[in-house]
Amino acid sequence: MFEILEKERIGPGVNRAVISAPAVARAHKPGQFIILRCHQDGERIPLTVADKDVDKGTITLVWQEVGVTTYYMGTMCPGDSLIDVVGPLGTPTHIENFGTVVCVGGGIGVAPLYPITKGMYEAGNHVISILGARTEGLLIMTEDLKKVSTEQLIATDDGSFGIHGFVTQVLQGLIDKGTKIDLVVAIGPVPMMKAVVNVTRPAALPTVVSLNPIMVDGTGMCGACRVEVNGETKFGCVDGPEFDGFAVDFDLLTKRLAMYKGPELVALNKFRETPRGCECTFPEGM
Amino acid sequence: MSEQEEKKAVKPKKPKIPRQKMPEQDPIERAHNFYEVALGYDNDLALLEASRCLKCKKPYCISGCPVEVDIPDFLEMVKAGDLIGAAWKVKEKNSLPRIAGRVCPQESQCEAKCVLNKKGKGEPCAIGRLERYVTDWAAVHGEGKMPQLPKPTGLKVGVVGSGPAGLTLAGALIKKGVAVTVFEALHELGGVLVYGIPEFRLPKAIVRAEVDELRQLGVEFKTNWVVGRTQTVDELLEKEKYDGVFIGTGAGAPLFLKIPGENLNGVYSANEFLTRANLMKAYLFPQADTPIAKGRRVVVFGGGNVAMDSARTALRLGAEEVTIVYRRTMDELPARAEEVHHAVEEGIRFELLAAPLEIIGNEAGWAVGVHCQKMQLGEPDASGRRRPVPIPGETFNIECDTAIVSIGNAANPLVPSTTIGLETNKWGNIVADPESGKTSKDRVWAGGDIVTGAATVILAMGAGRKSALAMMDTFGIG
Repeated sequence: MFEILEKERIGPGVNRAVISAPAVARAHKPGQFIILRCHQDGERIPLTVADKDVDKGTITLVWQEVGVTTYYMGTMCPGDSLIDVVGPLGTPTHIENFGTVVCVGGGIGVAPLYPITKGMYEAGNHVISILGARTEGLLIMTEDLKKVSTEQLIATDDGSFGIHGFVTQVLQGLIDKGTKIDLVVAIGPVPMMKAVVNVTRPAALPTVVSLNPIMVDGTGMCGACRVEVNGETKFGCVDGPEFDGFAVDFDLLTKRLAMYKGPELVALNKFRETPRGCECTFPEGM
Repeated sequence: MSEQEEKKAVKPKKPKIPRQKMPEQDPIERAHNFYEVALGYDNDLALLEASRCLKCKKPYCISGCPVEVDIPDFLEMVKAGDLIGAAWKVKEKNSLPRIAGRVCPQESQCEAKCVLNKKGKGEPCAIGRLERYVTDWAAVHGEGKMPQLPKPTGLKVGVVGSGPAGLTLAGALIKKGVAVTVFEALHELGGVLVYGIPEFRLPKAIVRAEVDELRQLGVEFKTNWVVGRTQTVDELLEKEKYDGVFIGTGAGAPLFLKIPGENLNGVYSANEFLTRANLMKAYLFPQADTPIAKGRRVVVFGGGNVAMDSARTALRLGAEEVTIVYRRTMDELPARAEEVHHAVEEGIRFELLAAPLEIIGNEAGWAVGVHCQKMQLGEPDASGRRRPVPIPGETFNIECDTAIVSIGNAANPLVPSTTIGLETNKWGNIVADPESGKTSKDRVWAGGDIVTGAATVILAMGAGRKSALAMMDTFGIG
């Protein structure tokens, strides 16, 4: 069992929790993820590790409530335990001193971006982080990212905080200014990553994206997480989750992510009929 | 009547007892539930069947068993009514007899060697069914005392993977006073026995009971532990000071056809389909959270046991029509005859001499059909089977909404690629001595599908047993 030690609401439908998982914390490297299950009849879902503390034997998870499992997790409190946490899974990020690295994070994608940004910063890179969200209330972990960035730029779609616009516009601005960029790392919703690649491709800026296909086992055994990269089938769980953004078939990924839309809604509705969890998990307005 | 003829007539002729059938669920009923198909013998049937054993002086049956169970001895105990004794006799050599009794291909092993079969009658003693009967009986009625364990030797062994190879090795070593820790990547123990083989062939409660027995003997189990990621084999040896490590990770990397449309929604590897249905209990959805495409028309590519399992699982999930597409004929199907028989009984369709060329999709990215090539049998290939060759110009389409690719598994590279100095062959299988399981790396043994490529549960158990004996030899505790 993997005890939840801390849990807080950090945005509407967005939660952060610190979980006891010493073996995972010890082995985890930036870019890697875990798979968890909440209870005996629960599904296995992948979540990227947002932070870790090897001494305390903990990992930090940040998630948005979208399906039955993430909603269920939203109702869990400190003292509750996840029944299964397995990892770290996936190939770690290739970290070295590239020169200037731009780390682009959108929405909940900022959480998995954090350890990578930190790694790049600690490797001596000039790190520019560009963070975005629909609106101010959905911006997460900006302070954490700030500590591991040389420069930070923030954009919101509605202009409620920072630059009024998309992260891609901010990135385009840097390119237009002639900023020397050696690598771009982009994590966020699929349309955002696709848009980033559309900006970096004409400028021939190497771009790494982190994909979030549907997974079951996470060790290369089932092939649920098939993605196409350079026209070749790859397994997101072991070959990824990071791939060359120029080579990824984002449209296929979008379609495959929608595979269980119908059943997901059925499961979620069933979950909503039987509410659980305590009041403390839902501060006002969240 | 001559004197001789008279003698013959007076001698009472021993009534010939036919091989006793095992009761099964009715095919029409069982095609809609996940309960076990085969119901097992009752005491009368078991006694009758055991009495058919000829008690041969040279028991060939034993030589046909990869773990060398003392078959005539245990059958003799069944005849004498000592079912507990018979169960223990089986367990001396086989740590997982309730599983083996269900999924072993006895027809090509012990029963193939049975003298009753050799006489050309094709009616061997039903050893597998009796193995199942006595060990099930013992599990339900209590097995008496656990065997006395020897004093701890102070040695400890790490086992990577909790499938049939690893569990067998764990059982053999713990009985010799070796501390054993089994590391499993998934959240349940049993490997292919829980994620692959369906409930209706091997109830998960039986796997759990067999694992619990090993736990009671002192075997330690760590689930959610991916060796190669959470910890490497080298760390187990150097940091955790294991005296030996056995790698039994199975052949867990699904092969795909590499044809257009294979990444459409509704296309599964058999591994994924079965894992969702078995391990994740998707057949209970939405009571269990994991969904699965409940296809109306399902196509399965391949002709092995896993293909049969996938087809029959799809049927039980509510498919109206399930078709197995196989490129040779019924005679060449690699699946066990019994599995094919069950599939046919349940109404699975077979599209033989056909190979998929493309999976056809719609705008939304879902599979809607398969474009197939008609085949014919040509000259025999290296395996001795006649090679299927395309008939030029003859293609056809099958409508479907779900397609399951069941054409085999390659070696999963996770452990070999993270272990220093572990030799693999060109297919990525670990190179190990077939008799001892010894690998190129000091203190590391391997066995089962990760060494041989996809094979059977009992061969993996045999490999686990051999490696256990080789380890004892190395440790000097024979």
